[in-house]
Amino acid sequence: MTNLWPRIEPLLARVEKPARYIGMERGSLRPGHRPDQVSWLLLYPDTYEIGLPNQGLQVLYEILNERDDASAERAYAPWTDLESELRTHGVPLFSVDTHRDAGLFDVLAFNLSAELVYTNLLSCIDLAGVPVRAEERRPEHAIVVAGGHCAYNPEPLADFVDAFVIGDGEEAAGEITEVLSAWKRAGRTSREGVLRELATIPGVYVPAMYDVEYDGPALRSVTPRFADVPAVIDKRTVADLGDWPYPKQQLVPLVEVVHDRLSVEIFRGCTRGCRFCQAGMITRPVRERPWEQVRTMVREGLRRTGYEEVALTSLSSADFSGIDGLVADLVNQQEGTGCVSLSLPSLRVDAFTVGIASEIQKVRRTGLTFAPEAGTWRLRQVINKLITEEDLYAAVDGAYSQGWRRVKLYFLTGLPTEMDDDTLGVAELARNVVEVGCRHTKGASCTVSLGGFVPKAHTPFQWFGQNGVDELARKVNLVRDALGRKSGAQVRWHDPHATFVEGIASRGDRRIGRVIEHVWRAGGTFQEWGEHFNSSLWMEAMAGEGLDPEWYVTRHRTVDEVLPWDHISAGLHRDFLWHDWQAALNEHGLPDCRWTPCYDCGVCTDYALEHVVASPVAPAGGSQGTGQDLTHGGDVPVILRERGDRRELAGAASGPKGSVGYPDAERVRP
Amino acid sequence: MRGESGFPVRLRFTKVGKVRFVSHRDVARAFERAFRIEQLPLAFTQGFSPRPKVSFGLALGVGHESDAEYLDLELADAVAVDDLGDRLSPVLPEGIDVAGACELADRAPSLQEAVTLVGIDLQLHDVDAPTLQDAVDRALAAERLCITTTRKGNPVEEDLRPALRTLVVNDDDGVTVVRAELNTQPRGVRPADLTVVLRELMDVTDAEIGADRVRRTHQWIERDGARLEPLEADRATRTATRLRVTSKGLKDDRREDTGGDDLRDDTIDAANHQVGGRRIA
Repeated sequence: MTNLWPRIEPLLARVEKPARYIGMERGSLRPGHRPDQVSWLLLYPDTYEIGLPNQGLQVLYEILNERDDASAERAYAPWTDLESELRTHGVPLFSVDTHRDAGLFDVLAFNLSAELVYTNLLSCIDLAGVPVRAEERRPEHAIVVAGGHCAYNPEPLADFVDAFVIGDGEEAAGEITEVLSAWKRAGRTSREGVLRELATIPGVYVPAMYDVEYDGPALRSVTPRFADVPAVIDKRTVADLGDWPYPKQQLVPLVEVVHDRLSVEIFRGCTRGCRFCQAGMITRPVRERPWEQVRTMVREGLRRTGYEEVALTSLSSADFSGIDGLVADLVNQQEGTGCVSLSLPSLRVDAFTVGIASEIQKVRRTGLTFAPEAGTWRLRQVINKLITEEDLYAAVDGAYSQGWRRVKLYFLTGLPTEMDDDTLGVAELARNVVEVGCRHTKGASCTVSLGGFVPKAHTPFQWFGQNGVDELARKVNLVRDALGRKSGAQVRWHDPHATFVEGIASRGDRRIGRVIEHVWRAGGTFQEWGEHFNSSLWMEAMAGEGLDPEWYVTRHRTVDEVLPWDHISAGLHRDFLWHDWQAALNEHGLPDCRWTPCYDCGVCTDYALEHVVASPVAPAGGSQGTGQDLTHGGDVPVILRERGDRRELAGAASGPKGSVGYPDAERVRP
Repeated sequence: MRGESGFPVRLRFTKVGKVRFVSHRDVARAFERAFRIEQLPLAFTQGFSPRPKVSFGLALGVGHESDAEYLDLELADAVAVDDLGDRLSPVLPEGIDVAGACELADRAPSLQEAVTLVGIDLQLHDVDAPTLQDAVDRALAAERLCITTTRKGNPVEEDLRPALRTLVVNDDDGVTVVRAELNTQPRGVRPADLTVVLRELMDVTDAEIGADRVRRTHQWIERDGARLEPLEADRATRTATRLRVTSKGLKDDRREDTGGDDLRDDTIDAANHQVGGRRIA
């Protein structure tokens, strides 16, 4: 049966939030799936509420459906209640667009944005009726593809995924379609043949085409099995975001989702150089969307969706050239409609940013979030997040004086070289922030969010031994005790056990696949959800496979060690990352290469790419988060594209800027 | 919420098919977006976070269908009421169709207060008509029909009998339904609870949950012994001069209109009812 709706419908009356499973979003499509098309099922392995707003998935949904040789639908991980109903009644996983059997698609393509969802990926594959282990699949089974930031260390999922896409997926999705289309026309015979073909597409990594050798616990090598399979897989990069004005028809869900608003990606990439930040390292260089295109996407998007809020998204939205002019323009454009608001999900810590925020948030100034990340200037130099205390207090003063009543501060703990003085510095900053607030409002409060630091692949901190559970718990308690109950600051923290498990998957090798499978078979799904996370399942699985969790998580790596992701390249030279790691240990900051001379991280030079930014100079009068005087700007590897709308903006930005943004990673949980 | 210089409108709409699984609150949000897409001249509440002035009638349970849902909407300016269905239905989710609209009389009571009776069809899975008839007869004969439900997490015993106006077994085209008319005041009945009671009377409680279907077919406003469909009950009178109640008494409200002659004085209703209904959160 192609349309499973009649079998799904009775089950929905018994589950929580059944509207998660009906589709029908404005902007959604009902593709017909002609036999000569390659049908993709785009899966987000978490709940609908979290997965639906994902822009990457929506971009591919449109791009694939625009192609004559492809069709695409979407699916999300069914919550545990529906999963159990599906299994009891023998109903497979389905798409939300036409409720088509997931097993009928040619491709199951996953978006991976967090490690703790890995077991959900296995659930989805299994519910689709496809063998979870890639080696057991036959030609009639779907090809399992995965992309997203976690694909930069693909090894823990190598047993389950046929092909990974490293980097931007806009172009690679089409190239994969062409290979699979030819395979279907030729009768869909050898699976090995088509995988080998896929492995020759730039940016596509097919784990089955590589032999992995170990030397005791250590990894010795990952080598291609065939001459035409690349030894190193280079990431894909869309050179100009202006060529990809997607999504054009952003989906409007009927259910309330985590980001219920129009999103317009204003630039991709970030060269602030925060050393803990994988997103900033792997998405280089900076590519701004043309100003006029942003305007059009906002205008058309609001008109079509009926949304009353639009978010200008990126890794640090206040860094967009001429952001203040853009914001003023958009606010004016919306004047008269009365109720459309703008939001910048990633705010830098400085007064300039607060100025923009007050421009766009004219009413409802309840909370503003800043991410200093570390408690002392010394440690912020280590992580290269060069916010001075003056920057922070000026921002906070600005916020409270302009009517905000609550400030939220994000910090990481367990960072390299972090001493107790640094940890306690978090409490001191928080106390001072409350004090600044109390000058303006009696009820000033501040929330401190402490996340345990997990080192990520392709960052200068990839060699760092993560703090263990006890050490993280101790540090959290240091901050809690130092703040006490009367400080006006509330402390929230992540479960150190979950941070530890994330560490296993984050820098794991292929052997971790068995662990993931073990946890999944023991019922460990939705592990990023507090009510389902089960640390002991993971520890039992590690022990069962004879693997030492500490070896994977808390051990410092050496310079000559083969890392599990060394055959994947984000374009960053290994030398650059190592030197930046050493610079970190020496407490040396590194400036933003948009506005200062190129230090040759490897991305632009090796891939013949350039920053695409409208303003070649840093706006005068601020450190720009580099801790250096950048008044002169100028001598930089930046091109000014010949676009009227950008030229007029050059140098338009004014006022002091500083510091770095933070991805809006908060989740609303039901 | 009504009155002042605004243009109050009442809409009737359906909720059928897959969209039956969408919650009352999410339906409200879908309407808000549809109003914005169609750029209706919305009137907003005052305050820090202005909301469109929309109020919905009795909530429909998640999973239930309806041919007769209503909402009241305050617009800042007059619009062509007869076009609203054609404008809004295409920008609403499939299954939600705006089937009727009227300009609402000033100071009309809210749907929540005015609607006193609803009609529903219960389609019970795997039950034959004679068995069902027997259960219905016994239900109507009973003095009390008690069921233990939970309200705010606590078990509460409720008597459904006072809310039952009529129950009729209907067997059209081989589909057996119980056609029920239920009082909504002082307290309504959850159709799911009625289903449980009927199933208990039939002694078939082991049926697959989720196979029964509920469809609201009517809502009525009862006045002076007459049943009025909500679009008809408080339709604006087409007069050149309208009387409005203010705190200072009756007031002239001259407005350009197409004429009409059935001047109706709704001051009494207005005085007896608080204005305002459930507002979208």
